[in-house]
Amino acid sequence: MNFDLADQADKFVMLLGGLIAFVVLVGGLLLVLDVIPTKLAERREARLAAAAEAGAPIPAGAARGREGWLAFGFLAPALLLLSIGLIFPAIRTTILSFMNGNSTEWVGFDNYTWMFGQPDIQNVLLNTLVWVLVVPALAATIGLLYAIMVDKARGEAVAKALIFLPMAISFVGASIIWKFVYAYRSGEQDQIGLLNQIVVWFGGEPKQWLLEEGFKLNTLLLIVIMIWIQAGFAMVILSAAIKAIPAEIVEAARIDGTNAWQMFWRITLPAIRPALIVVVVTITIATLKVFDIVRTMTNGNYDTSVIANEMYNQSFRYGETGHGSALAVFLFVLVIPIVIFQIRNIRKQRSEA
Amino acid sequence: MTTTNPPAAAVPVTKGGGDRPGTPAGRVRKKLSSPLATGIAILIAAFWSVPTFGLLISSFRPEDEIKTSGWWSFFTDPQLTLDNYSEVLFGGSASSGQLAGYFINSLVITIPAVLFPMAICALAAYALAWIDFRGRDWIYILIFALQIVPLQMALVPLLRFFSQGVELFGVQLLPAWGLSGEELFIQVWFAHTCFAIPFGVYLLHNFISELPKDVMEAARVDGANHPKIFRTIVLPLITPVLASFGIFQFLWVWNDLLVALIFASGGGRDTNPMTVRLAELAGTRGNEWQRLTSGAFVSMIVPLIVFLSLQRYFVRGLLAGSVKG
Repeated sequence: MNFDLADQADKFVMLLGGLIAFVVLVGGLLLVLDVIPTKLAERREARLAAAAEAGAPIPAGAARGREGWLAFGFLAPALLLLSIGLIFPAIRTTILSFMNGNSTEWVGFDNYTWMFGQPDIQNVLLNTLVWVLVVPALAATIGLLYAIMVDKARGEAVAKALIFLPMAISFVGASIIWKFVYAYRSGEQDQIGLLNQIVVWFGGEPKQWLLEEGFKLNTLLLIVIMIWIQAGFAMVILSAAIKAIPAEIVEAARIDGTNAWQMFWRITLPAIRPALIVVVVTITIATLKVFDIVRTMTNGNYDTSVIANEMYNQSFRYGETGHGSALAVFLFVLVIPIVIFQIRNIRKQRSEA
Repeated sequence: MTTTNPPAAAVPVTKGGGDRPGTPAGRVRKKLSSPLATGIAILIAAFWSVPTFGLLISSFRPEDEIKTSGWWSFFTDPQLTLDNYSEVLFGGSASSGQLAGYFINSLVITIPAVLFPMAICALAAYALAWIDFRGRDWIYILIFALQIVPLQMALVPLLRFFSQGVELFGVQLLPAWGLSGEELFIQVWFAHTCFAIPFGVYLLHNFISELPKDVMEAARVDGANHPKIFRTIVLPLITPVLASFGIFQFLWVWNDLLVALIFASGGGRDTNPMTVRLAELAGTRGNEWQRLTSGAFVSMIVPLIVFLSLQRYFVRGLLAGSVKG
């Protein structure tokens, strides 16, 4: 036993401090927002009363301006944190991507030419492409298939929970689970990894799966983990969308004599299209940023690295901030079309509402 | 509490759903419910559960057994022990997990990193939904779009902000934070809070903007100001949604590796959460399966409890955040 709760006291003190800060900040903000407008309102009413006595018209638009200040109070913490935590850093990263490794000199587009010129990095970009093509497609397909197959079947809740559960597990935990599946021991010993055991049962030779670079096999094996995690998400969303299809539409189609497959392609699929788009977009974004799985499984060795992992290595291990920033900016550029697509969706929804 | 249901979460509009042969799901299922389809469903379910199950069994097997035979041999030769867990949690040597301390780090990181975003996002979402001011739509779209800025873009500058403060044209605008040891928790809370805002505002806004207009207007007519409406009317109504965002944020922070690696690792054992420690164990001692298997389960236990007990809210949040309209 080498654990003493007393040693942990400092941490709990920090936690307590954090909680006190929370109460003071949030409580204080609400208090300020409550007191100041009330004071202002009293003064304004006095003024308006005076103005009304003098017969002057009540100024229009005053209400809107007042609300603006209050709204700013509500939004201030969020906007402040977003500026410090996301907006300025993103701008700064973009600037850093045009500077050298320790950010002392301007180097123009050198980091970008490095990114597309280096065979290692080209391979990283290719891997990311494989991830982004395979994960959303397979996760959505499996999710959809499974949602349809277990819909209203006996034990639907349990069946769904089984697929959905990996969502709660950390990528690191999931990686360890799969590392164990892929574990390798040489042929004469008993296997401890399930995959190699199955190969042996079928009379094959056990393999070091994560070292198999041919046909990107090791990358595909890492991709399996991501699909394993994301399919549950796809399944839940698509299952809800399927259940929400109005019965009348289906009845009408049935009267017209459509068979099950036509029904699927012409009714179900179009009806769940918005949900399907959301699923694919969300999984695509998550996949672009995937980091934990690669880092835990192979640390990017054996040609399995992806942009996010390489960005971490360049910036925080090799001290090449310029290279890392260029990779981060490239990641952002990849995501921009998706942002525009989503914004257009929101605006459409807002105008319909 | 029906008001808190977003339009999309009102899922089973059709009574009976896929059970009747008339619904598309029902018809496709009929087509698919051949033995082949059932077989595929079972195969998928097995594929999803067996890896976790294998790890769970392994975590209770004696070290020698784990390393020399597959976990499936447990069924013919059942041997159970809790040694792996006590070793990985409280073990004395530096090479054992010593996860108990890291477990507490995870807890200390997670609690404030969930509470702060909940409050800040609720306030912002309320303002964006119910306070009338110029540029409201643009601010909302800006916050939404930030959701998709990769975390990676913020890491280097944010780290510099903590260590060097803000300097503009040689003038020090903000001092460096210069944190060390346990104080590094503040950095992690701060980073997680910033990164959670875009999604949180988006998710909560979906619900808050659907609250009935009459209630809000009645409150205004009665003379309640916005802070009062927020506290007394909106907060109670959005509790379930707030919970679903809280669960999201909890799972995200508890399971995070990247943010912790960058903002907490300076404090080593004092601040690193379990994910960092596990990734370390997986890298340097990848064959110490008795520690990896039990360690992985220690790290999963809290999120699994949260997830299984609050699954309803979690799913509701997913649906609200994803399939609006």
